Amino acid sequence: MSTPLLYALAGVGLCLLGLYGLIVYAHLLRKILALNIMGSGVFLILVALARRSGDSPDPVPHAMVITGIVVAVSATALALVLLVRFSAATGRNQLDDDEHSP
Amino acid sequence: MIEASGTPLPWIVWVILLPLIGAMLCFLWPRQGKTLGLLTALATLLAVIALYFQLLDGGVIRYAVGGWGAPLGIALYADGLSMLMLLMSALVGVGVSLYALGYFKHSPDNPAGFWPLWLLMWTGLNGLFVAGDIFNLYVTLELLGLSAVALVALAASRDALGGAMRYLFVSLLGSLCYLIGVALLYHAYGTVDIALLGTLVERNPATHVALGLMVVAMLLKSALFPLHFWLPPAHASAPAPVSALLSALVVKASFYLLLRLWFDVFSTVSMDLGMVLGVLGAAAIVWGSVLALRQTRLKLLVAYSTVAQLGYLFLPFALLSPLAWQGGVYFVLSHALAKAAMFMAAGNILAFGGHDRIADLDRVAQRLPITMTAFCLAGVSLMGLPPSGGFIAKWLLLDAALSHDQWGWAVMMMIGGLLAAAYVFKVVGFAFTQADAPHDAQPVSPFMEWSALALAVCAILLGLNAHYPLELLAIGGPVTFVSPSP
Repeated sequence: MSTPLLYALAGVGLCLLGLYGLIVYAHLLRKILALNIMGSGVFLILVALARRSGDSPDPVPHAMVITGIVVAVSATALALVLLVRFSAATGRNQLDDDEHSP
Repeated sequence: MIEASGTPLPWIVWVILLPLIGAMLCFLWPRQGKTLGLLTALATLLAVIALYFQLLDGGVIRYAVGGWGAPLGIALYADGLSMLMLLMSALVGVGVSLYALGYFKHSPDNPAGFWPLWLLMWTGLNGLFVAGDIFNLYVTLELLGLSAVALVALAASRDALGGAMRYLFVSLLGSLCYLIGVALLYHAYGTVDIALLGTLVERNPATHVALGLMVVAMLLKSALFPLHFWLPPAHASAPAPVSALLSALVVKASFYLLLRLWFDVFSTVSMDLGMVLGVLGAAAIVWGSVLALRQTRLKLLVAYSTVAQLGYLFLPFALLSPLAWQGGVYFVLSHALAKAAMFMAAGNILAFGGHDRIADLDRVAQRLPITMTAFCLAGVSLMGLPPSGGFIAKWLLLDAALSHDQWGWAVMMMIGGLLAAAYVFKVVGFAFTQADAPHDAQPVSPFMEWSALALAVCAILLGLNAHYPLELLAIGGPVTFVSPSP
């Protein structure tokens, strides 16, 4: 098994782990962390796939990952601010499942 | 096709740059937010109109920002479909900006945050509509999602914060799925340019996985049944102008992206999935309408109606005829205008009585006649009665279904129309009756009443001028759109 393929599979693993965490855990901070893990998995896939034939890696996916990291940082910041506001307003740190059912 | 040119910058760049500059200015000088925001909205509208005339003159527009093409640079691209979306956003955007002038005067919601975030969201929208490569689509999608979430949270109520949180998770999950799709496509074909990808894509596992992930991401963001769970709490709890923007424009952006991918990138491999999307769309029409009927709060009713109406957008994926596609795009336009007007009217009723319980509307029809007219006109378009835009859209869809003897879809559309009539009349009925417990009424700004009415009238006028949008759609559109006019 080649090294890039190993990295790509590890990235897929991280994605699935993050997705599992996002769905299973109710605590909002855990959900935010799970999304971050999933994001790292996606970036790992991008970087791993950048290594095509030959020795020099393709720079374009790296540029994409940098953009992606900027987006992920801002999204995490927004999520954390929302979490702080939410727990200040409700005293809870998880979403109610049935607060909007008719 | 023309390469965009102009001095010093072409219009296609201005439609993104103007709202961005406006957002920064509003952020720096929050006290002048209203003036700056309104000026920016008008300037953006003018830039979009200028781009429209350029498109009419010269056909499809392409522009590589700074002379750098994809993948490292930013490629911009505008055809008839992009132009329709830009015009729709500009029209709704100006209407909502006028509405916001009145809304934030009396509302407890944070007005300083609205203008920069809304203009930033407009930047994301316009950027998405003219993006020419799939990676820039990802960036604009995130810009749009993050500013939309922040706008929902402006209401700062318990419900709004919960709704915003849920919306943020869904939005990020969708974007990440989309990004994996981008990674796979880039790895397989070595480009992110939409036009180039369209010529290269072939049937293989990587393409199918990318298609699956990207379609799921867009369904999640467009809130197609059964992935709609996040939409009603977020749209119903946001401040009224924000609800209008989210329901009218933001969900349409991901639908537009899906159309682009479907026709321009995956046209050779996507057709197998179409029937699934059509069935989900039909389920959304029924399920969303039934839930809308069961709501006791006006804003939630309107939000569930969005879930139902979004279902119609996915019927063309199963109908597969040019007529159906025209109907689908027409539906996007008419729903944007009608739903924005309806959410604005609902916001007026909420501001007027201090609550939005449908059973206690307490004679708003007599006391807020302009708002109620707007609500009813928007309802006419949602039900699909002539001469509204919604009627033309449904007519095109029905025609497409019947001309191919696909009766099932036609029946679904009829049921959807009847259910829409039921939930609109439920509200209208209570608007004439006196409530058991009368309540104090707050004054409603004329800006709020008249802007809601203006957009509702536009939704009706759209039905009287059907050939303009359809002609525009044919400019540079995918082969499937171009057909003899109905």
